Amino acid sequence: MSYSQFLSHVCMPHAVFLQLKTSSKSNAGSRLGHCSKVPRNVNLEKLRSGYLFPEISRHEFEHLQKNPNASLIRLGIGDTTHPIPDTITQAMAEHVRGLSTIQGYRGYGAEQGNMALRKAIAGKFYQDMGIKADEIFVSDGAQCDISRLQLLLGPNVTVAVQDPSFPAYIDSSVVVGQAGELEEETGKYRNITYMNCGPENNFFPDLSTIPRTNVIFFCSPNNPTGHAASWQQLKQLVEFAKANGSIIVYDSAYAAYIRDGSPRSIFEIPGAKEVAIEISSFSKFAGFTGVRLGWTVVPEELKYSNGFPVIKDFNRIVCTCFNGASNIAQAGGLACLSTHGYQALHNVIDYYMENAKILVDGFESLDLNVYGGKNAPYIWVHFPGSNSWNVFREILEKTNIVTVPGRGFGPAGEEYIRISAFGQREHILEASRRLKVYL
Amino acid sequence: MSLANNLSTSMISSSSSAFLAPTSFNASRTRSVSVPLKSLNIVKCVATPQEQQIAYKTKVSRNANIAKLQAGYLFPEVARRRAAHLLKYPNAQVISLGIGDTTEPIPDVITSAMAKRSHALSTLEGYSGYGAEQGEKAVRAALASTFYGNLGIEEEDIFVSDGAKCDISRLQVVFGSNVTMAVQDPSYPAYVDSSVIMGQTGQFQKDVEKYANIEYMRCTPENGFFPDLSTVARTDIIFFCSPNNPTGAAATREQLTRLVQFAKDNGSIIVYDSAYALYMSDENPRSIFEIPGAKEVAIETASFSKYAGFTGVRLGWTVVPKQLLFSDGFPVAKDFNRIVCTCFNGASNISQAGGLACLSPEGLEAMQEVIGFYKENTKIIVETFNSLGFKVYGGQNAPYVWVHFPGRNSWDVFSEILEKTHIVTTPGSGFGPGGEGFIRVSAFGHRENVLEACRRFKQLYN
Repeated sequence: MSYSQFLSHVCMPHAVFLQLKTSSKSNAGSRLGHCSKVPRNVNLEKLRSGYLFPEISRHEFEHLQKNPNASLIRLGIGDTTHPIPDTITQAMAEHVRGLSTIQGYRGYGAEQGNMALRKAIAGKFYQDMGIKADEIFVSDGAQCDISRLQLLLGPNVTVAVQDPSFPAYIDSSVVVGQAGELEEETGKYRNITYMNCGPENNFFPDLSTIPRTNVIFFCSPNNPTGHAASWQQLKQLVEFAKANGSIIVYDSAYAAYIRDGSPRSIFEIPGAKEVAIEISSFSKFAGFTGVRLGWTVVPEELKYSNGFPVIKDFNRIVCTCFNGASNIAQAGGLACLSTHGYQALHNVIDYYMENAKILVDGFESLDLNVYGGKNAPYIWVHFPGSNSWNVFREILEKTNIVTVPGRGFGPAGEEYIRISAFGQREHILEASRRLKVYL
Repeated sequence: MSLANNLSTSMISSSSSAFLAPTSFNASRTRSVSVPLKSLNIVKCVATPQEQQIAYKTKVSRNANIAKLQAGYLFPEVARRRAAHLLKYPNAQVISLGIGDTTEPIPDVITSAMAKRSHALSTLEGYSGYGAEQGEKAVRAALASTFYGNLGIEEEDIFVSDGAKCDISRLQVVFGSNVTMAVQDPSYPAYVDSSVIMGQTGQFQKDVEKYANIEYMRCTPENGFFPDLSTVARTDIIFFCSPNNPTGAAATREQLTRLVQFAKDNGSIIVYDSAYALYMSDENPRSIFEIPGAKEVAIETASFSKYAGFTGVRLGWTVVPKQLLFSDGFPVAKDFNRIVCTCFNGASNISQAGGLACLSPEGLEAMQEVIGFYKENTKIIVETFNSLGFKVYGGQNAPYVWVHFPGRNSWDVFSEILEKTHIVTTPGSGFGPGGEGFIRVSAFGHRENVLEACRRFKQLYN
C-alpha cells in the first residue's frame, strides 16, 4: 500500500508526509530557491515535534509498512467507531434536503450558534445551574475552542495544566506565546505550571503546592487518566481560583461517561460562574468526531480585573475569527438532545464503557495497576520504571495494538500507557486476549 | 436570517457595542472604576473601598490587543442596526443587501451527496470518525485538479477548512505577533481585525481611522483600485483580495505580476483571497498562482460560501505551496500544518461530501448557474445606480456594487437608506477609511427582492 493509499484509508494527517520529505535545515532555502524575509514565528519553533496524535498515526503507518499483513487494533487516538443513531443522521439529512428548498435554505447562521440549539444545551446540561442560552457558544469542537480561548486570553497570561493532560492545552499555550522556553531536562515549558495528578494524590493536584496562575486548565473526566473529580475536589478548585483571581477553563468533553454521580459540570459548584469557562463537545458524546460540534460556556459573571466581562471579548473573537459551526452539524446536535436521540446516544456510551470494563478487567487480571475506565473511555495503565514510548513501541511490535504513550500527555505521564475503549466489541476482546498473552 | 436569529445576535452585539463604545472603557480603566456603564447611577459615594460595592472580578488582565478594537465586528453591527430597525418598523419589508449572505437553495446534486453522507454515518461501513485535519484526500485532489490543474499546485499543498474567515485567523496564528502587514483600503474587515487581535498592530488612531503599524494600501477609482506599489512600505505580509470585497475590482494579470514582483523584491508573503474568483467575467487571473513565481511568495485562500451557498454549511480551503519559505528556509506549509493539527480538527465530513459533489462536472455546472443568477442580480443593481447618475464601481467581476456618495459619511448614507427604503446595505467606512463616501450593495437575494429594492432606490434618488 502506498503512503497516500494509507492516508485515504485511515485519514492520517499528511503532516507526516511533509515531515518525512522536507528537511527543516536552514540551507533548504538555497536548494529550493527564493526565501521570503518573513521571520518564522518563534513560538512555533518551541514546539518540539508534531502534535501527539498525528505522531501516533505516523508510528502506525510505519508499523504497517513493515508488517503489511498485521491485523492492527487501534486503541490509540480516541476516535469513536460506533455508527451515529439513525434519529440523528435523519435529522441532518432532512436539514440538508431543506437546504435545496426556498423555505429550508439557510445562509450564514449566528456565529454564536443556532438559538434553538443553545437553548437545548442550556436545558439539557445546565438546567438548575443558572446558565442561560446567551452564555453558550456553539462551535466546531473543543480543540478549536481551546485555541480560540487562547487567542482571547492572549500571550501575557500564565497557565497551569494538569500533568498529564490533553496536549492541546500546552501546545496552544506555546503557539500563543504564553509558555516560555522548553526546559530539555524536565520536558516542561518554563512559564507553564504543571499540576501533578497521579494515584498518589488521587489524580487531584495538591493545590497548596501550586503557584498562582491566571488560567487553570482542568479536564474532568480526565483525558488521559480517566479520573472524574469529586464534588469536594472541584469545590477546592473553585475556591483556589477565587482566592487567586484565576480563571478555570474546565473541559467537560467526557461528562456523559460519568457513572458514579461525580459532577458533570463545573457550574454545579457554587461560585463557579465567577471563575470558570466550560468547554464541551459532541465528539465523544455523539460520535461527532468527524461531524464537528461542540460548545463553550462563558458566564456573564466572569470578569477581567478591570471588570470587563470576558463573554464580550469571547463573542468578539467568535464573530471575527470564526463563522459558526456547520448548520448541518447543529441540526444533528439538536436531534442528539431530543429524548429519543439522547437515549440512543447513551446506549452507545454504554457500549464503549462495556469495552472499557473488558479492558480494565483484562489488565487487572495481569496484576497491573490500572486507573480510569470507570467514568471515561480511557484506561491508564502503569508500567513502573518504564519509558512509555518504549512500551508503546513494544506493544505495537508484539501485539499489533496501537495505544498512546503516557509521556505524550506530559512528563508525569511517563511510565503510563493510555488505552482508549472505542472500537468494535470483537476488536476489544481480541485486544484483551493479545495483551494477556503478551503481558 | 430569521428575526429571532437577528435579535439574538443583536442582544449580544448591542450590549457589546455599548461596552465597546470608544472612549468610555479606556477611561474607566485608568480611573480604576470597574462599574459597568449601565449601573453607574447606583454607585453610592461613601468612604468604603470601591471593591466592596461591585461584583467579583478575577485578577486576569483583559487582553490589551482585543481592547484595541474599536467596535463590534462590522457585520454583526450591520445586523444589529437591521434588528433595531425592525423593532421600530415591525411591518417593514426589509430587504437585506448588506451582509453578503447567499439566499438561493443549494443545487440538488450537492445536497443529495450530503444527505447520503449523513445517512452513511449511521452504518458500519459508512461511519467515519476523525478525518485528516488537512481534509479528505478526495476533496484535496479534486480541488487541486479543478482549480490548480496546470498551475503546479498539488493535493498536499491544499488544506480544507471550515471557511476563509477561519483560515485568515489561523494564518495569523501561524505568522504570530512579530510580523507587519499591509491591507488594501478598503478591505474585508477580518484581515485588520485578526491582525489587531494577534498583536501585530498599535493603537487605533482616530484622526486617520487606522491602526498604527498596519500599512493601508489605498484603492480608489483614481488608481483603478490597485495600489501604487511605489508608495507602499515593505511589510512581511500583504493581504490582497481579488475579485475584491467590497469594491468588486478584479486585478489584471499585469497588476498581479507587479504585486508578485513587489513581494519577491521585498521578501514578503502575499495572502491572496480568491473567494469570489468564479464571479470573474473579464479575462483576469482567478488564482494568484497563474502568475509565474507566485508559489514562492503567496498563500491563497478560497471558499465554497459564495459559489455553492455554503455560508452556513462551512467549507473552504487554503493553498500553501511547498516552495513558500520563511527567512530561515523553513517551509511555511509545515507550520500551517502544525496549526491545523493543533488548533483545528478538520472541516465537517458532511460538508466535505458536499464539496466533493460541488467539484463533480454536474456540481460545477450547478454552481455556475447559481453564480450566474447572482451575477444577473448584480447587473440589475449596477444598471439602477447608473441610471440614477451615480458613479458605480464593481459589479462586473464580483457580487458587490460599490456606489460613490461623494462628500457624505457612509454610516449616514447607510442609515438614510435604511430609514427611507428599508434596505440594508453596508457602509463603506466599515471596510477602512478608504471606504468612506461609498456604500457596498451586495447582490445576493431573491430576484423579486432585488427588483423591489431597485424600485425603492429609484424612488429615493430620483
